[in-house]
Amino acid sequence: MTMLPEKTERKMGLVIDLDTCVGCHACVISCKGWNTENYGAPLSDQDPYGANPSGTFLNRIHSYEVQPESGPAQLIHFPKSCLHCEDAPCVTVCPTGASYKRVEDGIVLVNEKDCIGCGLCAWACPYGARELDQAEGVMKKCTLCVDRIYNDNLPEEDRVPACVRTCPSNARHFGDLGDPDSEVSQLVAERGGMDLMPEQGTKPVNKYLPPRPKDRLNESPREEIDILAPLLAPVAEEPKGFLGWLDKTLEKI
Amino acid sequence: MGHVQPELNLSPKVSDEVRKTTCYMCACRCGINVHMKGGKVAYIEGNRDHPVNQGVLCAKGSAGIMQHNAPSRLRAPLKRVGPRGSGEFEEISWEEALGIAKGWLEPLRAEAPEKLAFFTGRDQSQSFTSFWAQNFGTPNYAAHGGFCSVNMAAAGIYTMGGAFWEFGQPDWDHTKLFMLFGVAEDHDSNPIKMGLGKIKARGAKVIGVNPIRTGYNAIADDWVGITPGTDGLFILALVHELLKAGKIDLDYLARFTNAPVLVNGDPKSPEHGLFLKDDDGKPLVMDRVTGKLTAFDKPGVKPDLAASYRHAGITHKPVMHLLAERYLDPQYAPENVADTCGVSAERIKRIAAEIARVAFEEAIEIDQEWTDFRGEKHAKMVGRPVSFHAMRGISAHSNGFQTCRALHVLQILLGSVETPGGFRFKPPYPKPATAHPKPHCKVTPGKPLDGPHLGFVHGPDDLCLKDDGTPARIDKAFTWENPMSAHGLMHMVISNAYAGDPYKIDTLFMYMANMSWNSSMNTTGVMKMLTDTDENGDYVIPRIIYSDAYSSEMVAYADLILPDTTYLERHDCISLLDRPICEADAAADAIRWPVVEPDRDVRGFQSVLCELGAKLNLPGFVNEDGSQKYADYADYITHHQRRPGIGPLAGFRMGETGLTEGRGDVNEGQLDSYIANGGFWSSHVPDQGLYYKPWNKAYQDWAVEIGLYDAPAPYIFQLYVEPMRKFQLAAEGHGDRQPPDHLRDRIKHTLDPLPIWYAPFEDGRVDTEEFNIHALTQRPMAMYHSWGTQNAWLRQIHGHNPMYLPTKLWEQHGFKTGEWAKVTSAHGEITVPVAHMAALNENTIWTWNAIGKRKGAWALDKDAPEATKGFLLNHLIHELLPPKGDGLRWANSDPITGQAAWFDLRVKIEKVDAVAEAHPVQPPIKSPVGQGPDELRWKVET
Repeated sequence: MTMLPEKTERKMGLVIDLDTCVGCHACVISCKGWNTENYGAPLSDQDPYGANPSGTFLNRIHSYEVQPESGPAQLIHFPKSCLHCEDAPCVTVCPTGASYKRVEDGIVLVNEKDCIGCGLCAWACPYGARELDQAEGVMKKCTLCVDRIYNDNLPEEDRVPACVRTCPSNARHFGDLGDPDSEVSQLVAERGGMDLMPEQGTKPVNKYLPPRPKDRLNESPREEIDILAPLLAPVAEEPKGFLGWLDKTLEKI
Repeated sequence: MGHVQPELNLSPKVSDEVRKTTCYMCACRCGINVHMKGGKVAYIEGNRDHPVNQGVLCAKGSAGIMQHNAPSRLRAPLKRVGPRGSGEFEEISWEEALGIAKGWLEPLRAEAPEKLAFFTGRDQSQSFTSFWAQNFGTPNYAAHGGFCSVNMAAAGIYTMGGAFWEFGQPDWDHTKLFMLFGVAEDHDSNPIKMGLGKIKARGAKVIGVNPIRTGYNAIADDWVGITPGTDGLFILALVHELLKAGKIDLDYLARFTNAPVLVNGDPKSPEHGLFLKDDDGKPLVMDRVTGKLTAFDKPGVKPDLAASYRHAGITHKPVMHLLAERYLDPQYAPENVADTCGVSAERIKRIAAEIARVAFEEAIEIDQEWTDFRGEKHAKMVGRPVSFHAMRGISAHSNGFQTCRALHVLQILLGSVETPGGFRFKPPYPKPATAHPKPHCKVTPGKPLDGPHLGFVHGPDDLCLKDDGTPARIDKAFTWENPMSAHGLMHMVISNAYAGDPYKIDTLFMYMANMSWNSSMNTTGVMKMLTDTDENGDYVIPRIIYSDAYSSEMVAYADLILPDTTYLERHDCISLLDRPICEADAAADAIRWPVVEPDRDVRGFQSVLCELGAKLNLPGFVNEDGSQKYADYADYITHHQRRPGIGPLAGFRMGETGLTEGRGDVNEGQLDSYIANGGFWSSHVPDQGLYYKPWNKAYQDWAVEIGLYDAPAPYIFQLYVEPMRKFQLAAEGHGDRQPPDHLRDRIKHTLDPLPIWYAPFEDGRVDTEEFNIHALTQRPMAMYHSWGTQNAWLRQIHGHNPMYLPTKLWEQHGFKTGEWAKVTSAHGEITVPVAHMAALNENTIWTWNAIGKRKGAWALDKDAPEATKGFLLNHLIHELLPPKGDGLRWANSDPITGQAAWFDLRVKIEKVDAVAEAHPVQPPIKSPVGQGPDELRWKVET
């Protein structure tokens, strides 16, 4: 058993906007690139040019189809990485103390020197957010780019996780979710940000902004739609009538 | 155990150095920061200062390190030693390779330059490669636009002086309603995502029109799952609704378009349908102030949209009349198009109403004075904040040109082009068709061609025909079959060369085009054409030279391979003379430079052309003493001048007192200046010139100053495209240059000067009851055509491409997960794995483009899923339409531009027993580079 800190000074995490994520995988590969070159062992790839390529990724995108009761089906792109939970079961299950949650900012990390690759933490994580690197035999997970966000060698504006810096549609936001006045907390408040699987009791720090309602211009009760856009009233049905309207209207310009 | 934390180094060194260059992982051309460690590429991220991507970077761009180090990289020039298609080569020296090329090409140039066909695929150096071809003297040059999106580009230029992507963009910062029609995701990649992000952050609305609800359409607030090939009809129904309700911008139409221009209405006149013009050739309008005929651009004129003009027994009506008569017709009423489009009439009306509401009730005003080309001062810039974007989805149909025209006309009727919140041009656009060159095709052995190959025709006189009326070009561009083929027809080159129609060639020279695989229609047929022999046992296409950086499928089909570098090992210029990277607010261009030197015996293709050009004694490539003029491409970029003071790069030129921009002399240190500036240059449009660019004096003056134009060139938008009418007149029997009889009816019908919709040609040649399903491909966001699969990271995202089936078909055929289907078109059949997708037009199936690979290509294992279960839809699509018994070869292309009609495809499906591999199965080719390693633990140690 490994202990969690009683509380953390900040709750650094991600807010991911599911209304804006187009599923482009930019965050997935940017993360792969940064974390292959930086924190700990490289993220390895097995059989990279073969029949069953399989590598370590700290962030993956899953796509789900949703069929609403009425209206067309929808496709939701769902990026998933470690949620840096307040009650992180992956930490408490660790037999060596390799998994830990930082007291300064709440980031959950693996100290690779102490990791024995037993995989208990991956089993304990209800989100499937940890992957055992097959080459190194150690557990890998999102570090929230702990080696970027305080890095004096980077320009200040670049001190954000690689996935946030690269996201082309600005669907990923980074900040202190423990501070109700932070931009990320405000965004969560405005847009009804949600916990992933709250029933698991993990108290995830990362939040997801739900997709906005869709297909409002579809057939639906007239009175609702008329608020959006009343159907157009004709000025003419025939070309001749139209030209009459044209002449009259031009007089007014 | 208690809480313990190890000490962490929170400020590790990131890299030794950052080198800033331009991405080439797709066509988008973003700026990248390449982090170097120990002289090696360690990490790639977006360049925050760059005008295209402003710091962000897509999955492809971030995976560049895997492309740069891909095991599929070619290593040295190759000479074919086995039969074509076998992949058997021997490595040779550059001296031998260039000696072979010279030996083949020198006699052609001396005797019959047209026997060289030089086509350059996904080339980003077309102003250079076309210059080389022009100096060689062959008329047979083009890049890949003909099988990509020429319909969009040409329709835009003829209509309003530019289209989407490289030509212009939505006003992302102001638009309130954005309507997106089918796009190839890299057209363009990051800017659309960034724009959608801005729109979403403001809570503005997005409407997606696409049979498939993935990617951008997945986040659209409203999705219109339209029937493929019917977008034009849907758009014209919107036009019908807007006209009927009077929701059009009359002031804008009168001032800035040819809506008031008078058109000859006498069916017996040889000028029927042409504009009434004054002695200077200027189109005439009725002036509302004087009631008199007046040139459209006269200072003070108030063009009248309503009044006709009768003279010498002929009534001339303004274009606005013709437009109203056309689109108020009930055939365009929502009720009458709903079934064809697969969109209910109610929904079409609601969308039209929403467009009208936002355009006219949420108009934007920017407090910025400006002066128009007639000299009139305006206190404000008023905008209709509705914007559109579309690319290949609506282009790649045989009705694509007219559909693209319809979309441009819709934008113009709303008054939303070049106004705040609408569509904005990017310099050097706006640039109307009349400001572009015309095509040239006059061949003189031993001499350069008489001018640029590609351009814009304005009537039958501009076609590329020989004296006997036969096509001058191997691809039959600019002929009666497709008169306005501004980008050529790369997809017809191999087929025509094989058929000897219109003539035989000797050498096919290609660059960056995977023509024996995903870049061709009828892939199996093309492989046969490339390997077939004549009665003497000689190849029907005698010689093939190919340049590629990687071991693509096409490599096996060439006789001589000139290995290119990766994008991090080369010079390039993203030039204003070519396909620039400007933004609506700024002119910009950029370079690539070797951030690392190649570790193989490879050379940048453009540098090779500099040397080969000199060996062939091409005028533009030798000095007066016959010595080589440009040592390499970098030398050309720095020293070449297209016009006095205008070179490939507009930034950091040499002025009288120091560095200048736009026009200026050669600067020996120009490339160093670019490198110091992050790999690009940009210059801002003055505030007074930010909108209304085609008519805005401040913009026009600025454009002249930096060399985009030589003189101000204001113009009006062409709702009615008169050159199209000139082709119709010829088909009606007027004029000296006459089309062949078998094309008359088609020209009369399809070259309508006002947009029309007609069913895709394939519908008329196959039984639509039997082949009742539409089949499409899409390019994934994380993969650029065939290049992606060699990338160890990207292929883990897109290693499989099942055929996605909508719920209706899935249930109708009783499919289950993991099962297979036979998909049959009029041309061929494939057997492929299937998957269910609900968010899909109910009669449409689709798959990811270019995931399927040939065994032996790209340094992949022969058991790679791309080579076993991956497949191409190309096998079902022919470059010709099904024969109709007249003995003629009818291209499966748009009849106006010749654009490949990829998306007209109709198929039927049946469930079949599972098979081990997708069909057709092609035999493996021998890899010239071996296979990639079994494991990657990529980390640059310093």
